[in-house]
Amino acid sequence: MNQTLAALWASRLGFTAIQAPGTATAKAIQSKGLQRLHYHRHYTEAHQLPYQTSIGALRYRFDDLKSLLGKASPARSGDYLAGLAAATYEERMAAKMALAELPLKQFLNEALIPYEQDEVTRLIIDRHDKQAFAAISHFTVGDLRDWLLLDSTDSQVLAAVAPGITPEMAAAVSKLMRNQDLILIARKCRVVTAFRNTIGLPDRLSVRLQPNHPTDDVRAIAASMLDGLLYGSGDATVGINPASDSLSTLMRLWQMMDEVRQYFDIPMQSCVLTHVTTQIQAIEAGAPVDLVFQSIAGTEKTNSSFGINLNLLREAHQAAQSLRRGTVGDNLMYFETGQGSALSAGGHHQVDQQTCEARAYAAAREFNPLLVNTVVGFIGPEYLYDGKQIIRAGLEDHFCGKLLGLPMGCDVCYTNHAEADQDDMDTLLTLFGAAGINFIMGIPGADDIMLNYQSTSFHDALYLRSVMGLKRAPEFDAWLARMAITETNGKLRDIGRGHHLLQQLQRISGAA
Amino acid sequence: MSDDLIQTNPWDQLRAHTSARIALGRVGSSLPTREVLAFGLAHAQARDAVHRPLDINDLKQQLKTHGFRTLQVHSNAADRNSYLLRPDYGRHLHDDSRVYLEHELAAPELAIVIADGLSAIAAQRHALPLLLAFREQFDTDWPNTPVVLAEQGRVAIGDGIAVALRARLVVVMIGERPGLSSPDSLGIYLTYQPRLDSMDSQRNCISNVRPQGLPYAQAAAKLDYLARESLRLRLSGVTLKDDSNLANAPGQATAMVSSDQPPNDSLQIPE
Repeated sequence: MNQTLAALWASRLGFTAIQAPGTATAKAIQSKGLQRLHYHRHYTEAHQLPYQTSIGALRYRFDDLKSLLGKASPARSGDYLAGLAAATYEERMAAKMALAELPLKQFLNEALIPYEQDEVTRLIIDRHDKQAFAAISHFTVGDLRDWLLLDSTDSQVLAAVAPGITPEMAAAVSKLMRNQDLILIARKCRVVTAFRNTIGLPDRLSVRLQPNHPTDDVRAIAASMLDGLLYGSGDATVGINPASDSLSTLMRLWQMMDEVRQYFDIPMQSCVLTHVTTQIQAIEAGAPVDLVFQSIAGTEKTNSSFGINLNLLREAHQAAQSLRRGTVGDNLMYFETGQGSALSAGGHHQVDQQTCEARAYAAAREFNPLLVNTVVGFIGPEYLYDGKQIIRAGLEDHFCGKLLGLPMGCDVCYTNHAEADQDDMDTLLTLFGAAGINFIMGIPGADDIMLNYQSTSFHDALYLRSVMGLKRAPEFDAWLARMAITETNGKLRDIGRGHHLLQQLQRISGAA
Repeated sequence: MSDDLIQTNPWDQLRAHTSARIALGRVGSSLPTREVLAFGLAHAQARDAVHRPLDINDLKQQLKTHGFRTLQVHSNAADRNSYLLRPDYGRHLHDDSRVYLEHELAAPELAIVIADGLSAIAAQRHALPLLLAFREQFDTDWPNTPVVLAEQGRVAIGDGIAVALRARLVVVMIGERPGLSSPDSLGIYLTYQPRLDSMDSQRNCISNVRPQGLPYAQAAAKLDYLARESLRLRLSGVTLKDDSNLANAPGQATAMVSSDQPPNDSLQIPE
């Protein structure tokens, strides 16, 4: 960090360290909270614990749970922008130490955003599974980290406990973890979903093929789609971010992808990433809609700024389910999220951006999605400043989502005004390979010419497969071999000019 | 470099349909050296676009030569780092600049703002030719219409400028977030009767103005249409539709929902 930046960040302080002799330890005080086991729908100041910890002669006090979480977060520009970050390195550690002593039950007592004000909070509380929670209900946040790292806490144990973990607990424990912890535990979490193929099996990696074009030109999109398929990508979904919101333009995109899928009998699912209301209209108009996409966030106010709420998502989910288009499974929702979206929409309620992000996963969890994609570096440097912050956030999101039982993927990406480059993406991509991520993005040359940002490419996916020994979704792998795109070991074959796909796809898609 | 080592892709003719990086070929599973370098160069140019300052004196001189009334202001962002980390600073006109504008002759109707935004070279290259094309079409008191050059500015800085200059309509021409293949894309934002608390839904946006995107003449025609309709209907934003019938242009005129992001950004913006 250079001088200017340090000065700038230092100016965003809410320094709360106070000089006082230590009386009771944080742990002793917090143990009173253990008496409160029932769910509070109305919480008051009286229910809050005094969050504090002492380091030497200095006692650090934190106003409330959300303030504690904010200050315990690893440094990132968005929390400084919101005025929620720790003022000093020591204050950050003090917050982590106080957080480590906090009983998990306190997360059920103290809502970060009031139950009455926010439907995501209501979803979190109403859906909390007390039986699943029983296994960890006696833990502090620090205990939870230790327990998650035990060898005996395996995939089955993690899957059983997932409905008992709230997003805030997941966010809290992640703040005590190093990157290797986030990787190790996420790798143990297995979340398998299916529609026309099966995603998330051990030692498998899927790719969302993203063939965007600035004017939604069907020939251009088909060209990028062909490029991706011939590079062995597209098993997570072929998903287009359209520039237009005109239904007739979008109908052509759905139809083109479906014609290609049917003609070549590809075990894949397609998606047009437009607003959920437009997708409902498209279903009513007879479009072949496989997956329903929507950007979601962790607070009602932010979702409202996206023009959505949970009921609208339920309506869309039901509409798509009624089409019964899945063959090997019926997971059909595709959600995108990203740290910073709540602050950006003024809907963060003074909750740090990583905790807001984890709350979005509670909304996602309600719909048994096929794919949840954290678009980690897209929003810009005012939320995640550089490669270090983007890498950390990506690992946190993947960990929290997996811990909550979601099929996590990541758009490993950055914008040109962030202090990041393709080397940082290589690093995060490789870490995700180790962490067992379900899917990544595949964009021609990693350069999205419509959304103006850089992500990962078809080549990047091949690299990760090569160094980590990762195969594709089994149905898709079999199709690629059948089409003579890959060898039986999954390696790409040389594609000749006369290849069937090359000959026919242009004709099918009207690209000739 | 020799091509012998590269596994080429026999679908390179499809590049005629798209500027996407398709048919790149491969060495093993990886990108050939020439593609790594081509990508690196494009990224370097986009990074330079973000950090290169606007040459205010040069632009001001050119505007004066063409008979425009020019003024110069600064946002609350002292430098590029503060601009990148604090979007709120870039949206607010510095107090010294506000006082300076308040003592200037009021805008007769329009205030034009040229801001560096996230790509000063976009403003440097395209603002003047666009403005000249717009002046040809749009009838107003041009000799007294202020053209305000704003340093470290975001879209909303136009609101403070328009209020200080008592303008009915503000047109902000600003460098957009640079893409790898478009480091110099200019955006135009139009707001009727801006206030200091104007919402982004009250703005109209014309995006991707540059010769390889939406050319000056077409952008000026869209702007002319939107400006006339805005003044006639006394509004802007989601209630002002772009019916200028310039179909199939590679840029878009859109009612804005959120600033500082491309209007078609699916993560941020409900479409």
